[in-house]
Amino acid sequence: MLRSFVLASAFMVAAIGVAEAKTFKIKPGPTVQADLQTALISARPGDTVQLAKGRYEFNAGLSLDVDRVTVRGAGMDKTILSFKNQRTTGEGLLVTSDDVTLRDFAVEDTPGDGIKSKGADRIRYYRLRVEWTRGPHPQNGAYGIYPVTSSDVLIEECVVRASADAGIYVGQSRNIIVRKNIAERNVAGIEIENSFNADVHDNIARENTGGILVFDLPGLPQIGGHSTRVFRNQIVNNNTPNFSSIGNIVATLPAGTGFIVMATKNVHVFDNVFAENGTANVIINAYRASIADANYNPLPRDIVIRNNTFGRAGYKLDGDLKALSQMGIQGPDILWDGSTTYVAAGAPKTEPVRISIADNISQSGAGVRFLNLGLAVAGADFADAQPSDAAPGLLKIQEPAPIKLAKR
Amino acid sequence: MMARGAFAFALLLLLALSPGPEARARAGAVNMAAILSERPAATLSDYGLFLDPGAREPGPALTRYDLNTPLYSDDAAKVRYVFTPAGKAARYRPDGVLDFPVGSVLVKTFAFPADMRRPDRDIRFLETRLLIHKASGWVALPYVWNEAQTQARLSLIGANLDARWIDGAGALQQVAWAVPNKNQCKGCHALDEAVTPIGPKARNLNGLTVQNGQSTPQLPLWVARGHLDRAPEDAPRVARFDDPSAPLDARARAYLDVNCGHCHNPRGPASNSGLSLTIETQDPHALGVFKRPVATGRGTGDFQFSIKPGAPEQSILLHRMQSAEPGVMMPELGRTRTHGAGVTLIQEWIAAMDQDGRQKTP
Repeated sequence: MLRSFVLASAFMVAAIGVAEAKTFKIKPGPTVQADLQTALISARPGDTVQLAKGRYEFNAGLSLDVDRVTVRGAGMDKTILSFKNQRTTGEGLLVTSDDVTLRDFAVEDTPGDGIKSKGADRIRYYRLRVEWTRGPHPQNGAYGIYPVTSSDVLIEECVVRASADAGIYVGQSRNIIVRKNIAERNVAGIEIENSFNADVHDNIARENTGGILVFDLPGLPQIGGHSTRVFRNQIVNNNTPNFSSIGNIVATLPAGTGFIVMATKNVHVFDNVFAENGTANVIINAYRASIADANYNPLPRDIVIRNNTFGRAGYKLDGDLKALSQMGIQGPDILWDGSTTYVAAGAPKTEPVRISIADNISQSGAGVRFLNLGLAVAGADFADAQPSDAAPGLLKIQEPAPIKLAKR
Repeated sequence: MMARGAFAFALLLLLALSPGPEARARAGAVNMAAILSERPAATLSDYGLFLDPGAREPGPALTRYDLNTPLYSDDAAKVRYVFTPAGKAARYRPDGVLDFPVGSVLVKTFAFPADMRRPDRDIRFLETRLLIHKASGWVALPYVWNEAQTQARLSLIGANLDARWIDGAGALQQVAWAVPNKNQCKGCHALDEAVTPIGPKARNLNGLTVQNGQSTPQLPLWVARGHLDRAPEDAPRVARFDDPSAPLDARARAYLDVNCGHCHNPRGPASNSGLSLTIETQDPHALGVFKRPVATGRGTGDFQFSIKPGAPEQSILLHRMQSAEPGVMMPELGRTRTHGAGVTLIQEWIAAMDQDGRQKTP
């Protein structure tokens, strides 16, 4: 009637190390669920949980709530944590403590998010792979790497594939570096949302629905996102058909989007290489749904697009922007909806919107193509566009300072 | 094996061996040293809270209590007790959890009768969770019962149990019962990242409790038993979610408060969602009315809003309550089954909602 398998009996953790820091050595095997979770609970600040190479099968999510712990595998293609059989909890690994380092392992096939960290300051994600191995599928988990409400976040040299929302998603955080990662075949490759001060650079965002997204959503505890630099990224061939569940903001993302900025302020996009993005290389547009949050500004403001290299784009408009094809308009390199007015909680507001576009290079031979849809009011129907191709010139908009992460 | 490893090993041995004489309880005498120690006792009986090792007979210092609306836990029966140290009572608060003194213990045992048609017979205990208010704050400790039902041992990493029973219709039911690990306890019991009780709020205790076959008002009973300093007559009260005489809105809000509000509040683990399901929430948007999902993934079920008034079948909140699939279901922890009565209640509540999120007047 009642059989009990108390996992405590499966304490198979070897312990080595010096007086201060200890290393828990974990190997794959039938008791690994308990072994690894035990280590994650027993670890003390400064300890390392080391995962030997091999394939690990889990039936429940894992969690870490101890500061200054490193979880380290033997490499993102050698130490593989599979959550294909996960039956409980919302993510593969949840981190809720500070100064944690996660490195050199892979998380595969979680039913929900891959790795989430909440309120986990100074976290480092390094050389991880998070992947849904069947490729793009609407039943895949939402986020691959998912730090939220944290400060001083570093995500470096990771690979994320086939998430049904964003491969790398940083939400409601501040002081963020996302660099040298590969995000491919996700709905959104890399997304910075409702966050302050981020550097997104030297990443490859390819074969997603949209490559890199920077935006704000209303109704969240932290709004008013600002100050992001997106530079030296390769943002190419982002034409995967959108496979997000309807209702999520990214479900409205047109396939063929290179970079998109929405409802946030002071975003500088420079020295990137864009190519083969069927809708547009760059989209600058307002949040389009109705807004109940009186403190929310749906307009992108103080946006700088400079010194980027643009390959082919705009040859296959998707999503709502298909309406432009029907009007005989071809997709440009840079598309701006032209919005300067919005309505929040019933009150109309207008404000100066500064967009600066300068010194970009076209590789297609046609010159850099800019298109202003002239939709003065945020969310206006694309069929009401009054397009013009007069690009705004160079404006002096102060670039945010490079991110320096807080010391541990 | 160096010092830190030795420490962990010593801890394991400690858990494996019987406690020292000072930690061993005398029948009927609560072991305050065990309660206040920063090191958790290895077995439930070490605390001396119960008269028998099987924890069927509460000691004289314990009072069994009930909540107006409890958390749904896969149809398990729950037995709850409160303990406060002699001469120390919790301070009354109209909002939030009562202000319990250091040394207080909240005891909750999860159990299944062998046959729900005879719920008072052959009751198997699965686990007993203690919330202990130590000097350093609250800690959550799960104790897992043995097969013989003679001992419950601490298991900070949780446990997997196989629970079976005959339901009210005579059918065999089974759940893979997951005793939460230490982190998962905090997954629900965290407020500003610190462990805190959920249930014993004045509003959820303010009702009748049956003690020794007699129905009695619970807050005054707590005062009489020395657990609470006062019980104002105007204390707030949440509805019983299953009380057909209570207004639908009150029942639904009580249900959401208890089953969702511990995470979905501005200081809880789901704060980043912007969805706040506590009873205090006034803003319809924060409650989910025409609120678009955030970080929901396939949990949206292809719907646009957490609550679409008048359209429960298109509301993400209900969709996630109906699901038993990880990545979709809510709550994420604490259930593997769908709570039919809860689903029906929230369905009716959304169906009766106007476009401003208020209940239509009948």
